[in-house]
Amino acid sequence: MSQLIRCNIIPTLGVFQVWRRHFMVWRQTYAASLAGNLGEPLLFLLGMGYGLGRFVGEIGDMPYMHYVAPGILAASAMNNATFEALYGGFTRMTRQNTFHAMLATPLGVSDVVAGEILWAATKSLIAGIAIFLVGSLLGAFPASTALLALPVVFLAGLVFASMGIVVTAISPSYEFFLYYTTLITTPMFLFCGVFYPVSSLPDTVATIARWLPLGHVVSLTRPLATGLPLGNPFLHIFALIVFTLLAYSAAVFFVKRRIIT
Amino acid sequence: MSAIIQAKQILKQYNGVTVVDRISFDVQHGECFGILGPNGAGKTTTMRMIIGLAGVTEGQLHVFGYPMSPEQRLVPPRLGVVSQEDNLDIDLSVSENLLVYGRYFGLSARLIREQIPKLLEFAQLSDRGASPVRELSGGMKRRLVIARSLINNPELVTLDEPTTGLDPQARHLIWQRLRALKEKGTTLLLTTHYMEEAAQICDRLLILNHGQILDQGTPADLIKRHVESEVVEIRGCMLDSDLDCFENLPGRLERVGDTLFCYTHNADSVMAALKDHSALTLLLRPSNLEDVFLKLTGRELRD
Repeated sequence: MSQLIRCNIIPTLGVFQVWRRHFMVWRQTYAASLAGNLGEPLLFLLGMGYGLGRFVGEIGDMPYMHYVAPGILAASAMNNATFEALYGGFTRMTRQNTFHAMLATPLGVSDVVAGEILWAATKSLIAGIAIFLVGSLLGAFPASTALLALPVVFLAGLVFASMGIVVTAISPSYEFFLYYTTLITTPMFLFCGVFYPVSSLPDTVATIARWLPLGHVVSLTRPLATGLPLGNPFLHIFALIVFTLLAYSAAVFFVKRRIIT
Repeated sequence: MSAIIQAKQILKQYNGVTVVDRISFDVQHGECFGILGPNGAGKTTTMRMIIGLAGVTEGQLHVFGYPMSPEQRLVPPRLGVVSQEDNLDIDLSVSENLLVYGRYFGLSARLIREQIPKLLEFAQLSDRGASPVRELSGGMKRRLVIARSLINNPELVTLDEPTTGLDPQARHLIWQRLRALKEKGTTLLLTTHYMEEAAQICDRLLILNHGQILDQGTPADLIKRHVESEVVEIRGCMLDSDLDCFENLPGRLERVGDTLFCYTHNADSVMAALKDHSALTLLLRPSNLEDVFLKLTGRELRD
């Protein structure tokens, strides 16, 4: 008649019910959400790809549009997962007390956290598919392997959602997120090879940028989308998985510390 | 039949500050047990320990015979939780809230679909199934939270201040629903600071103040134990000047602001002694839990 739910790190199948809940809520407002998913990266594609592209011309024998599109795909994965994990996660954890409601059921903290991360990564994937479709219409993804960039987008979503939940769990308020976006995600957006080759940075900075999560993501999406040779893809995938597992473990720890007192 | 909840000398400290101070009590199968106390008495903390959202610093807490500890959180599938704050999914409809919650318990879609109309009927929300939760009144939301806590057919339902902030009509409806639950044999544990609520639905209760139990028992026992059977409330302009003339009244006097309370077993003689003071307003009533509560916890304001 009773069951023990260990509050450990490995989620149960309940994680999918958490995901389904988020999906149900998203369905209520999906139109606005999709418009945002599509609109912003589309503006970046057009503004950067065509606008800046006119001045840049080509990078490494390819039109700037081809160069920048996989970067924007990667950056959008980061931004969507981060936004969902921070603002969506924080709202559910504090204002709506959704986490508390879930924890009054057989779900454990690991289910709640993993469900958040899985959902945020799903939103990255939804946005990624939207960009992929629009970008393909613009001819921005020329390679036949471009579709393989989408699983990478999902993996990127897992990484940045896990990191985001850690920040959410330790944030006193929404304002606190600005430290994270200013100090962590915006620098990655600007220095990890989304808009220009990391190699044009000073050596030390370039090395750091390559090892940051978004650096690994771009190192995968760009070759896949443009047809350039993939250098050591398993290293990048492995690094992203390690980042995810570390951040996820920290996220479970901090959410548990915040809610179970 | 052993107790559904057994608390032995449970202590809860946050950063060295004691919030719950070695309290012991048990909740028996099928009863409605109340935890009464002013704000900050430790009611919610006690509740959080029972539902596994807070660890016990010292002492033993068993729920359904299983030890509760912070590391090994026990969530009996036969526990229903009504939390103090509303934590419904406001973006979803009334029925969807029940559906989503049933899934958290791993219930099959078929079982949940069977349950939903029954729960809506119980909560008197049958015509509201498709309404978005954000359109419900406070009382409806509370009823939905209670209905939601029943989705897994729980043996024990914990309710943390279930009627705080509701108007009297909404509150009475909830009391009626809770009594219906009790009649079905569901064990109820609730916290409240409404004495009327405790008197209306609790079989037994304990009074908590500054984390300590002041007393516990049935409402009638507590009244008998701590206050005289009746009380005369005396108000009027002569209170200050003529305080002496009240001193000989056959009862225990307590002065609160502009009112003098005379607790007595002999209300007739109190009334007789005061009948000539026409400037006084007198109110004779039976003593109630509120008198016990105020006597035990004091009358100063709590923040």
